[in-house]
Amino acid sequence: MSPRCSWLYRLPGRALLGGIRTLPTTRCPGLHRSLTSSAHPPQICIVGSGPAGFYTAQHLLRHHTQAVVDIYEKLPVPFGLVRFGVAPDHPEVKNVINTFTQTAHSERCTFLGNVTVGRDVTIEELQTAYHAVVLSYGAEDKRLLGIPGENLPGVYSARDFVGWYNGLPDNRHLSPDFSAETAVILGQGNVALDIARILLSPIDLLKKTDITQTALDALSNSRIRKVWLVGRRGPLQVAFTIKELREMIILPGTRPANNPSDYQNLGDFIKDLPRPRKRLTELLVKAALEKPGEKEALRRSQSDREWGLRFLRSPVAVLPSEDGKKAAGIRLSVTRLEGNGENAVAVPTGETEDIPCGLILSSIGYKSVPISSSVPFLHKNGIIPNSMGRVQDAPGLYCSGWVKRGPTGVIATTMTDSFDTAQSLLEDIKSGALNYSENRLGASAIRELLLLRGIQPVSFSDWEKIDAVEAARGAEVGKPREKILDPEEMLQLVCR
Amino acid sequence: MAYHTPKLVRMLLGGLHVNVCPRNFTHVQKLATNHSRGFTSSARCQDGQSSSGSTDDNLTVNFINRHGETLKATAKEGESLLEVVIRHHLNIDGFGACEGTLACSTCHLIFDPKHFDQLGPISDEEMDMLDLAFGLTDTSRLGCQICMSKAIDGMTVHVPKDVADARGETVGQQSQN
Ligand SMILES: Cc1cc2nc3c(=O)[nH]c(=O)nc-3n(C[C@H](O)[C@H](O)[C@H](O)COP(=O)(O)OP(=O)(O)OC[C@H]3O[C@@H](n4cnc5c(N)ncnc54)[C@H](O)[C@@H]3O)c2cc1C
Ligand SMILES: NC(=O)c1ccc[n+]([C@@H]2O[C@H](COP(=O)([O-])OP(=O)(O)OC[C@H]3O[C@@H](n4cnc5c(N)ncnc54)[C@H](OP(=O)(O)O)[C@@H]3O)[C@@H](O)[C@H]2O)c1
Repeated sequence: MSPRCSWLYRLPGRALLGGIRTLPTTRCPGLHRSLTSSAHPPQICIVGSGPAGFYTAQHLLRHHTQAVVDIYEKLPVPFGLVRFGVAPDHPEVKNVINTFTQTAHSERCTFLGNVTVGRDVTIEELQTAYHAVVLSYGAEDKRLLGIPGENLPGVYSARDFVGWYNGLPDNRHLSPDFSAETAVILGQGNVALDIARILLSPIDLLKKTDITQTALDALSNSRIRKVWLVGRRGPLQVAFTIKELREMIILPGTRPANNPSDYQNLGDFIKDLPRPRKRLTELLVKAALEKPGEKEALRRSQSDREWGLRFLRSPVAVLPSEDGKKAAGIRLSVTRLEGNGENAVAVPTGETEDIPCGLILSSIGYKSVPISSSVPFLHKNGIIPNSMGRVQDAPGLYCSGWVKRGPTGVIATTMTDSFDTAQSLLEDIKSGALNYSENRLGASAIRELLLLRGIQPVSFSDWEKIDAVEAARGAEVGKPREKILDPEEMLQLVCR
Repeated sequence: MAYHTPKLVRMLLGGLHVNVCPRNFTHVQKLATNHSRGFTSSARCQDGQSSSGSTDDNLTVNFINRHGETLKATAKEGESLLEVVIRHHLNIDGFGACEGTLACSTCHLIFDPKHFDQLGPISDEEMDMLDLAFGLTDTSRLGCQICMSKAIDGMTVHVPKDVADARGETVGQQSQN
């Protein structure tokens, strides 16, 4: 990579578009505060520093001239899935970090990383220190397949696998097995496509991303040549979106291997579909049925890796190897659809099919977990019950993001729902439903507790030190950054 | 590969913060991840500009935001509508989350048919992102892809009621079991 390009990645937010943004009400926060200090400012804290946390904070700071907003994060580093989920080869998606950084630089916003709410400090303690608590802690767990063999070596959840290649501290020792030729991904969402791309991308492309060195080394020695993405429903029900599919179809070094008969009868349905589903389906059909042009045909014939979609197959068991020590295949139940369109349901036909494979990635979705017995939680839906972000029967408690809606939706969806939650909170301040006449100590009270418990919070400027070290290490090897995998090492860097 | 340094890179290297249509930025970012793709010469927005990127601020555009307020702004020829919104700090929450790199649809705008026809061709990539926008209409475009010109001087554009990306929402999920 030329120095110019690696340098571009490390541009501080200021130089790009995000840099021209300011939070209008925070331009002279000191002034605002002193002029209007007749009452105590509302003290608000947010749990989680992913898009939900940052967009909720942004809206509160922008639309209330006094509110103080502190963000608590379990990891020493901010940004949630923007850092640990978004694929390394999609750097443009991470541009939202520039706006988040502006928010964190507001004088009325404090970032406290390395604090696990529910363990280092309780929700009740936060409620005592703040007028309002917003829960934006995402979906930390994975949905389980619930089939025999799910725990065999060679089977990984998408959550862990993505965490591994993106440097999530918990997953740094995953060491996935790439010794087989075939990998099966269960699920047909965008995460499944991210994983397929990472497994099949030419290593030279990945080298220039912020994928961890560990993952890069393992993938360089990977023997995976075929990746099947298996869905329990049909081509009209795939969950991924068109941009990601288009990217997959033209991925250098790979060719699509789809079964034409899966697409042959779709013509009649396509014309009546809503535009997004229609264009997506047309692209699927084109990739499977249309004869490629000369150049594309040549490209495909020269590609040594392939991928394909398999439909109407629902996982029933992981098949163990002869010695029983690892996965050697997956048994799928053949299904048929009842009903049409988005709401069609897959029902087993009784038939099964086995696919031999040495790597199985279960990409059937993430899942939120309860944070405290004092916060209501709907286990069935994996969300905090709420109305417009107000937690049910819990005045002063709010929620936003994946823990509010469930683990679907892109960053922009999360942004809108976070603005909605912030709006509810602001309305409650205005209406008096949220009383802030009594002074609350906010972060200073919590810092005292943390000190007693031996927990050292990481500030935003501490994160900027970690960021600078990561960027410098990346520059040495032509990457936008080399993520630090060990939280202890991060804490050492910011040790005062 | 590319014989002309794209303007944005040049300006960033020079430390200047001048507005250029972020279309070019898309190509720069892509280049950073994938050398083989190179630049396309579709830097449409540059055409009307002098090499410094700063022409007169002599065009106008009106945005009607989600609250129904009309926000009038001046614009330079070749400047994208996203840049106009950012430069003037217009009150449109969450506009342009990905900063003009065609990775979201938060700068979705709705045009009058007569202006829509003046806007020039739409790429598959823009269509792909538009497909995920809430409140998609026949005259929808992404603000980051539309560059100001004399032909559309004085036009009024609408910000749709909801900015959210519909990805996830458009996809029907089989019951969670
Ligand atoms: C693999 C993957 C790839 C994706 N790629 C894209 C993409 O390319 N484009 C796109 O638009 N969207 C993408 N998304 C979707 C996007 O990431 C989500 O919409 C968004 O991150 C949800 O935001 P959130 O803040 O609710 O959750 P998160 O981003 O998960 O943030 C939650 C934060 O809370 C913290 N936390 C958890 N528990 C605690 C606790 N007890 N105390 C303190 N802090 C805690 C976590 O560490 C985390 O930082 C992707 C999602 C995944 C899973
Ligand atoms: N590039 C991007 O923009 C990007 C990248 C990554 C993620 N994201 C977003 O992040 C969100 C989460 O993505 P995701 O891929 O984890 O979730 P998702 O989009 O909900 O996809 C989950 C997939 O798993 C299948 N599935 C669920 N339960 C199953 C079971 N028990 N057995 C078999 N299959 C099962 C689903 O099929 P059914 O439909 O039949 O249930 C679906 O195909 C999405 O909104 C996604 O768009 C976006």
